[in-house]
Amino acid sequence: MTTMILAQETAAAVPATVINLAYIVSCVLFIFGIKRLGKTETARSGNFLSALGMLIAVIAVFFDADVMKSWNTQDWMQNGYLWCFGGIALGAVIGAVWAKKVKMTGMPELVALFNGFGGLASLLVAWSEFVKLGPDGAPVSHALTADNAVSEVSLYLTILIGAITFTGSVLAWGKLSEKISGRPFLFAGQQVVNALIVLVALGAMVVYLFPGLVPAGDPATVQTVALYTGIVVSLIMGITVVLPIGGGDMPVVISLLNSLSGLAAAMAGFVINNNVLVVAGCLVGASGVILTVIMCKAMNRSIGNLLFSGFGAADSGSSKKAGTGAEPKAVSVEDAYLVLEAARSVVFIPGYGMAVAQAQHVVKELAAKLEENGAEVNFAIHPVAGRMPGHMNVLLAEADVPYEQLKTMDEINPLMPMQDVAIVIGANDVVNPAAATDKSSPIYGMPIIKANEARTVFVLKRGKGKGFSGIENELFTLQNTRMIYGDAKATISALSGEFGKE
Amino acid sequence: MEMIMLFFVFVMAAFLGFELIAKVPSQLHTPLMSGTNAISGITIVGALAVCAIQATGTLGMILAFVAIVFATINVVGGYMVTDRMLGMFKKKGK
Repeated sequence: MTTMILAQETAAAVPATVINLAYIVSCVLFIFGIKRLGKTETARSGNFLSALGMLIAVIAVFFDADVMKSWNTQDWMQNGYLWCFGGIALGAVIGAVWAKKVKMTGMPELVALFNGFGGLASLLVAWSEFVKLGPDGAPVSHALTADNAVSEVSLYLTILIGAITFTGSVLAWGKLSEKISGRPFLFAGQQVVNALIVLVALGAMVVYLFPGLVPAGDPATVQTVALYTGIVVSLIMGITVVLPIGGGDMPVVISLLNSLSGLAAAMAGFVINNNVLVVAGCLVGASGVILTVIMCKAMNRSIGNLLFSGFGAADSGSSKKAGTGAEPKAVSVEDAYLVLEAARSVVFIPGYGMAVAQAQHVVKELAAKLEENGAEVNFAIHPVAGRMPGHMNVLLAEADVPYEQLKTMDEINPLMPMQDVAIVIGANDVVNPAAATDKSSPIYGMPIIKANEARTVFVLKRGKGKGFSGIENELFTLQNTRMIYGDAKATISALSGEFGKE
Repeated sequence: MEMIMLFFVFVMAAFLGFELIAKVPSQLHTPLMSGTNAISGITIVGALAVCAIQATGTLGMILAFVAIVFATINVVGGYMVTDRMLGMFKKKGK
């Protein structure tokens, strides 16, 4: 009883203006946080600021006058606070354990999954708002009026975007963690199916907003049916959009889904009339769009092209001729060592293969030995190497490679002709010279790291098969290229072992 | 009027977001993505408000509760994982 009275007194003491001021403070912290995330020196503090902003927003909402009324509810089943704290406690424990336990190589799928959870949460907020009962216990009317038009449209959009984000991200998570095949999945009539799904989703939206269009049945029931149809169709849409996208295109998809989860949160803000959701969600949406554009540019593809054509699936047959019949030449670890020992400059070009082989630590070891030997060592990172934006940077950072040694494509390419040795570790398309020369190649026009310009190129590869995209790589058959077949981690360890022998 | 204000804020935030991110070095792309991903968990504030304000609806309460759980995983997990990653970025010689 004492808590109840206390709560009522506090409720009177915290007017809406103060809550809104707190929201402004959190928005400012988010903005500063994102800004500081953009520089290596300040990134960690930026993340902390944005977390602080989140904490302030969460605390503030508990002092909202409407929310505080919930204290007065006698029945524990309907005591909002109880449910709120329970949910936070449960989610915090799961999230914390997950974040602690994940291996760095599992990062792309975890980010995808968390992202999906954000989308799901926004979807559920809108759904909950739809089934909300008024103070009299009767369902709240969702009939369109001049006052609620924006929030009703937003409600449907939140559900649409949230659902696409959720199933799309979960599917991306499945593909990235190889629980399901990462290959592009195409079937006959896919375009038609996709078009139908979009039509149904839009149709259901129109019916939801104007239930009068369906003469039979009472408007509230029609709206309910329309909304639930929308949920189901949007969930399916998330799957059909991500299904045809191959693993190599994942950096773009993850950025896009990231953007959508922000947009869903912003839409939810319109539904419940909350400015902090609108600002924070929109910031995320905008930043996700930028990342998506950067990733697309790095692959020389448009978003439309990427979403509506399975990469490598349709084109794999066309560029077979690029092979010119030349066989790649293999080299033993011992011979490779002799070249490396004499090298004055070495550049590593890592790709997804390094992540798969978990080779980042031995790569760092080899790099250290090369430096001891007097060579200048750099790492050339292609923007879309790996499965998420900046994937290689995170892995090499985990292995204590100082970030000054991590060079971007634009920094390293002019230096490539001066490099004695380029070691390609499990990368393929991002070093394929066909992207610059062969107009018939499906990746023609994509900017690459010019490994072929180094004096000697070693390519570490698991087997003789083609890479993920199924495209022939003429780098492998060049005069100055030698292949070292086998597990990348074992090969690199053997190479640094050779240095120890002297 | 309030909706127009919200929309105004939305548009301004979009431009601000574009400006903030435009010049981020590629090596920070992953932390930036997972960090902003955590921010998109702001929907937790919506979930909390909806959950507590639900007057009598059991279904609404359950939906809001599940929303809180997932949004919290997104927020807590996202910030922690970003911090873990950023903790690994080191300068030479440290």
